[in-house]
Amino acid sequence: MAQSKKRRFYMRTAILAVLVVAIVFTVYSNLNKEKNAVLQVGDKAPDFVLVDMDGTERRLSDYKGQGVFLNFWGTWCKPCAKEMPAMDNQYGEYANKGVQTLAINIGESDLKVNSFSNRYGLTFPIAIDRNKSVMESYNIDPLPTTFLINPEGKIEKIIKGEMTEEDIANFMDQIKPS
Amino acid sequence: MDMASLSSTLLFIAFVAYLVATFLFGGAVKSSNAESTKSFDRWGKLAITVTIIGFIANLGYFITRWIAAGHAPVSNLFEFTAAFGMMIVGAFILIYFIYKAPALGLFALPIALLIIAYASMFPKEITPLIPALKSYWLTIHVITAAMGEAILAISAVAGFIYLLKNIDLTKRSKERFWIEAVMYVLVLVVGFVVASLSFYLVNYNAEYNYISKDETQHTIVYTMPALFGMNESEAITDGAFEPLVEMPPLVNAKKLTTVVWSVLFGTVIYVLLRLILRKRISTVLQPLTKKSNSQLMDEIGYRSVLIGFPVFTLGALIFAMIWAHEAWSRFWGWDPKEVWALITFLFYAVFLHLRLSKGWEGKKSAWIALIGFIIIMFNLIAVNLILAGLHSYA
Amino acid sequence: MDKIVCACGNVNPAGTELCESCGRPLTEETKEKKIVDMRYEGSARRSQTYNKTIIDKVWNFFSSVKVGMWIIVAILIAAAIGTILPQVFYVPATNETDIAAYYQRVYGGFGTLYYKLGLSDLYSSWWFQVLVGMLGISLVIASLDRVIPLYKSLKKQKTKRHLSFLKRQRIFGMGKSDVTEESLLKTEEKLKELKYNIKREGNAILAERGRFSRWGPYVNHLGLIIFLFGVMLRALPGFYVDETMWLREGETLYVPETDGYFLESKEFIYETYSKEESKEVYGDAIDRVGTIAKNYQTDVSLYKGPEDSVAGHTEDLKFEKEASIQVNKPIKFDNFSVFQMDFRLDELATMTFQLQDKETQQSFGEFTIDLADPQPFYELDEGYKVEVMDYYADFTGFEEGVPQSQSPLPNNPAFLIKMYSPEFPKGETSFVMIKETVEPLGVNQHKIAFQSVETRDVSGLTVRKDLTLPLLALGGLIFMIGVAQGSYWNHRRIWIQLSEDGQTVVAAHTNKNWLSVKRDLDKVTEVAHLPKYLDQQDIDSLEEKVDKEEGV
Repeated sequence: MAQSKKRRFYMRTAILAVLVVAIVFTVYSNLNKEKNAVLQVGDKAPDFVLVDMDGTERRLSDYKGQGVFLNFWGTWCKPCAKEMPAMDNQYGEYANKGVQTLAINIGESDLKVNSFSNRYGLTFPIAIDRNKSVMESYNIDPLPTTFLINPEGKIEKIIKGEMTEEDIANFMDQIKPS
Repeated sequence: MDMASLSSTLLFIAFVAYLVATFLFGGAVKSSNAESTKSFDRWGKLAITVTIIGFIANLGYFITRWIAAGHAPVSNLFEFTAAFGMMIVGAFILIYFIYKAPALGLFALPIALLIIAYASMFPKEITPLIPALKSYWLTIHVITAAMGEAILAISAVAGFIYLLKNIDLTKRSKERFWIEAVMYVLVLVVGFVVASLSFYLVNYNAEYNYISKDETQHTIVYTMPALFGMNESEAITDGAFEPLVEMPPLVNAKKLTTVVWSVLFGTVIYVLLRLILRKRISTVLQPLTKKSNSQLMDEIGYRSVLIGFPVFTLGALIFAMIWAHEAWSRFWGWDPKEVWALITFLFYAVFLHLRLSKGWEGKKSAWIALIGFIIIMFNLIAVNLILAGLHSYA
Repeated sequence: MDKIVCACGNVNPAGTELCESCGRPLTEETKEKKIVDMRYEGSARRSQTYNKTIIDKVWNFFSSVKVGMWIIVAILIAAAIGTILPQVFYVPATNETDIAAYYQRVYGGFGTLYYKLGLSDLYSSWWFQVLVGMLGISLVIASLDRVIPLYKSLKKQKTKRHLSFLKRQRIFGMGKSDVTEESLLKTEEKLKELKYNIKREGNAILAERGRFSRWGPYVNHLGLIIFLFGVMLRALPGFYVDETMWLREGETLYVPETDGYFLESKEFIYETYSKEESKEVYGDAIDRVGTIAKNYQTDVSLYKGPEDSVAGHTEDLKFEKEASIQVNKPIKFDNFSVFQMDFRLDELATMTFQLQDKETQQSFGEFTIDLADPQPFYELDEGYKVEVMDYYADFTGFEEGVPQSQSPLPNNPAFLIKMYSPEFPKGETSFVMIKETVEPLGVNQHKIAFQSVETRDVSGLTVRKDLTLPLLALGGLIFMIGVAQGSYWNHRRIWIQLSEDGQTVVAAHTNKNWLSVKRDLDKVTEVAHLPKYLDQQDIDSLEEKVDKEEGV
């Protein structure tokens, strides 16, 4: 009798525990769904390959061992226009310290990107994501969004919105290979 | 005669047959007791024969309209509601052959008549299918769902008879009040039909301009004198009735006008009936239920839910989900019509579980069956007309 | 918590109301009843017997049908409240402030309240999900708690039942009649004909039919549990994808979340019913409503990138198939479906201009700008050339003399153009907009004259993957089987016993559909001259009977 009572107790506890855990997990992950769907800090940065405005092929995995400052932008986006000259300054600072900058334009025309880059005198590599596949794999929304990718190829930080020059310098410092 | 007009004629024949059959069932009910089984047989057989003839004509309407339109005639509010009325008769015939209860016909047929009459007040022309409806699932989903709802409706009819028979109408009580309230609501539907027909016959039409909630100007045609005006409405038609009250843009004043006219007409009819009969309508109808067996009505009420529930679930939820997945890319989207189908499902699930507990037979069960029918009608009428959603086709 | 030993010798678990074996009522309460409660065969539902620990209490809470009913009612009411105003996903706004503003603007104070209370996103609220989860727990526990004892007692039931059990059945009849062994055999035969399973023990017969319908409720609950489990899985990453994409005619875009698939739009087709071409019967409806849409369709080609390709790769796309995506006809590939959901007609694609002399309108050549890819130079007649210095797709005005564009969509294209001619080899600058031209650097001799546009349509597509579908389908199927099993069949039992004092006892029970068992019994009675039975719950007939006996 006592034996079966004990068994019954464990049985019921187990069943209830499984059910409750399942529900708590479901509710929790549904509430955090938006965050889950998107890439998170610590994830491996998805690889991509794009041809930049100078015709050089840029593949993310080629930068292994270096930090990558990956910026998504559009010519029509005002905060992008504001932060890009600052980015260019810091690109000059950090390029030889092992932090590469790559700016990815979302599906605009060569003419538009060239005129923009000429106007602001940008020197870092810019590539156009013509079929928006890189944008999709990084779940970009809104513009600008910047990914800090460390020398191991993992995402160190995701910055949505505009950055000041000071921010940019700090961020680049953060992913400097030691 | 072309298919479309043949179809209308057949619907009219069905309507008349149901009307005649109602009276025949009345005769059968009056003479149904042990002594006069012969006379009951005669009346009963005649009544069910006329009903079946009507049903065949009704099916004829359905099939000819199907041929004329090139798709199942369940694609707009008129077609769907008319089909629902037809299926109530079909469900009644099915249950009648199991239980042979003439009182059921006496009350089910008028409900079907009311529903068909109600349907006929909507635009009746044959409409081509919009892209979202172009699927064989339209036929499968809508017909199965309507069939399920029709069988469930029979449960409400049985419950209604049970209540009418078992409520003591000589004493003041909540039950007495509510059963009369049900009568009043049925009279309101008659009010809607009478109001629509009267204004149609005098050919009332008035056009107004109004400003909608997105601040653009639209034109609207009233077919009843405008009691309520749309937001900042201006009459276009000469001598149009000046609206008594103007409504904010959120409210569809035309629909509100229709509702209020129906209530007015219905109430006048109800008051007239009370004055002429000098009794409650339920009191007048009660003798017709005296010879029905309560136990049998209770069983019919339960059994029709048992038969209808799986059909309803299949049509209104399962087929609906399959189609929704093909047409709208998701099987469930919390659209009001979907939600109300789910509510109907949950409600009848409660009904079935309550039957297991003690004390939920008889009156309580009958009331629940009646409420279930109200939910079905709400989903049929109010969700389409009031709550906007993907299912608003009218 | 002792076991109950019945007079017949059977040992029943504590809490049993009717002896599992012979059916004798075991509790005082049951003994007082005129008709016994046959739910779960009067067996001890396990939940009701032990109530010691917290776990037992929680268990018993969820085991109760009453609690289950209240959970359903709560879900039902919540679901209804959610239909009063449109939910957020039907509202034409994407961020929180716009949504709040929408409810305020369209539905006023009530709308704001509805939004603030979180009712505008009721179905994804934590409490609604918890309610559904509780229903799931209730389904599991209530079913487990009932199906096992029910199975046991149906298995244990004896053919011969005690008179006290039979007497308390709803359908019962007893009387001295000349029922002999022979008529018992006839009874058996008739019952067999009616598809009953017959058990015989001495002078007692138990005829049973449709016992499997008793499992219907548990089968359908199992189906529901599987269904809910499937719904739960969608919360896991990878099981469920829901994305949208806007695809322009001529464009090739990556299909979000897929493994390197690309879609190219060849053409978007929008058709309406015309009175001339469609069936005559539609005429009235077309007259009344105006335009009725007939078809929305995107003709596409599907491509796949090479196996190990990474995002951004645009070469070596392998053609997979062509398809016409229509409403109700999605294109399907690799667990994904792409649906025709929306469209925008007539987005600007190209614009054609002429370089003209302002006064004489003489043309020096025509050029066409592809708005998706404007070129820096367009060569015209000998000595004439146009340079596009900059392009503003969605021009909104000048800020501090700098032209602004608010989006990359060509809603209002504007160009900064330099016109080269033999007279002006260094070029004249002109700012060309759709309806006007600004000459920022002084008066020009030449102008860019707008000639024509070409437009293209944009298809709004939804990309969906749902790996839980097979599980949901399985749950739905099992549910339907269970419901049909429990609704369209019923468990009927008929007991016929000859007692030693020459009385014949008839009793019957069914879980639903009493008419059926009565009809069966009538047929048997006719053959075997069994005593008349009474439906002890049919008050009307009982009253009638009393009336007749009293000669009223």
